[in-house]
Amino acid sequence: MSENSKVLAFVLGMCIIVAVLLAGLRGATLEMAQANEAVFNQRAILKALGKSLQPAESEMSDAQVQELFATKMTESKVIDYAGNVVEGRDVLKVKLEEEKKKPEDERVLPFFVFDNDGKKYYIISMYGNGLWDAIWGNMSLEGDLVTVAGASFDHKGETPGLGAEIKDNQVWVNQFIGTSVYKDNMYEGITVRKGGAKDKKYEVDGLSGATVTADGVDKMIEDYVGKYEPFLNKMKSGGKMGMK
Amino acid sequence: MAETLDKKAAAAEPLFGKKERKLITDPLNDNNPITVQVLGICSALAVTSLLYPSIVISIAVVFVCAFANLITSFLRNSIPKSVRMIVQLVIIATLVTVVELALKAFSYPVYKNLSVYIGLIITNCIVMGRLEAFAMANKPWRSFLDGIGNGLGYGAILIIVAFFRELLGKGTLFAGTPIAMNIIGPSSEEVSYLLNTNLEWLSWYSNNNIAVLPAAAMFIIGILIWIQRSYNTKLVDVS
Repeated sequence: MSENSKVLAFVLGMCIIVAVLLAGLRGATLEMAQANEAVFNQRAILKALGKSLQPAESEMSDAQVQELFATKMTESKVIDYAGNVVEGRDVLKVKLEEEKKKPEDERVLPFFVFDNDGKKYYIISMYGNGLWDAIWGNMSLEGDLVTVAGASFDHKGETPGLGAEIKDNQVWVNQFIGTSVYKDNMYEGITVRKGGAKDKKYEVDGLSGATVTADGVDKMIEDYVGKYEPFLNKMKSGGKMGMK
Repeated sequence: MAETLDKKAAAAEPLFGKKERKLITDPLNDNNPITVQVLGICSALAVTSLLYPSIVISIAVVFVCAFANLITSFLRNSIPKSVRMIVQLVIIATLVTVVELALKAFSYPVYKNLSVYIGLIITNCIVMGRLEAFAMANKPWRSFLDGIGNGLGYGAILIIVAFFRELLGKGTLFAGTPIAMNIIGPSSEEVSYLLNTNLEWLSWYSNNNIAVLPAAAMFIIGILIWIQRSYNTKLVDVS
């Protein structure tokens, strides 16, 4: 064999061995990875309930989280931008990042209903842009559909200690508890104000050193509260939960 | 440097002779990949803001370094010279992918936390450097030990840096794990969601935001190099 064909044979053999090995490993762990991801996302939703959820999400085991979703989140549904319920879609599989790529009239939103032994909380999901990359979050509303019961945010690549505080700084996140997304008979979102909140009912403090990320949170909440508005209005005006 | 081992003495090599022990201990001090060779700095700055992810990365690098060295050493006589770098890279990338898949399946939050940095082990100069400098010229067992030694040398610095950065930046240790502790953290409320142990009586500290940023790792590594050279004078460059 010539030198070149030896090299080619070695490289080809190596590629085949590596490809088979990695494909096999991925196949073997895929199921576990998907289950982990599902629980991870469920935890993010539960985190938005803030102090209304006892015990806290961080103290629950994976099995408890899944059981809670199976027993107390059964009224959750997928809705569209016009405020109608969309049948036949799994609410846990709606990804706002993917919805954003679709034409506007085909986009849907997940709407979670947490039935805590009769007391209901409604959780909306949000997606927007921070300084470096995407940010997203969930926010829970009390039974009156306007008072915020809690929120949780996450991000893809904000700066640790600055923009990443939207996830890490629990004191900042807890400011959202008790605020209202409804002002002057309109769903308006919550203002994240640089320099400190003026009216604690509709505003929260900004984050020093992370103005762009904080503005991103502000815009994201306004944006998505607006998208949920038709459905929330329908629920408020008598229809209760509308159709099941 | 331990690279030039005598090939003739290979016939009756002890499993843990003096040379073998040196392969492990040398990178921990005299030939530390970070503080002496100043390799692998990029990830040492990037991942060390919390202690727990740093430990995970350290274990991953020990694993990748050891097994990449072992595999390369087994293949060292059959790898065609013209493509040896590519082959080394494929071996490293394969092992890193194995680590990534394992984390995804067994420790998903850590995987989320480290996401891109796991993949960046592939570009860690330490791993490739050991393959090229040691594994291509030495027997498998010694290469394996050399890989473990260098992984540990890298990991030790990472863990020291992360310890100080988390303590000064957040006042906690092991944040995000079941054994999270608030050591000197400012308010128990701020960090309580990730804590089990809370030493309230020590809660006087106000978080230092610089410690959270990568720049702090540079300062700490600089101080470590200074300390190491002040007692290990043979490392000092007299010229």
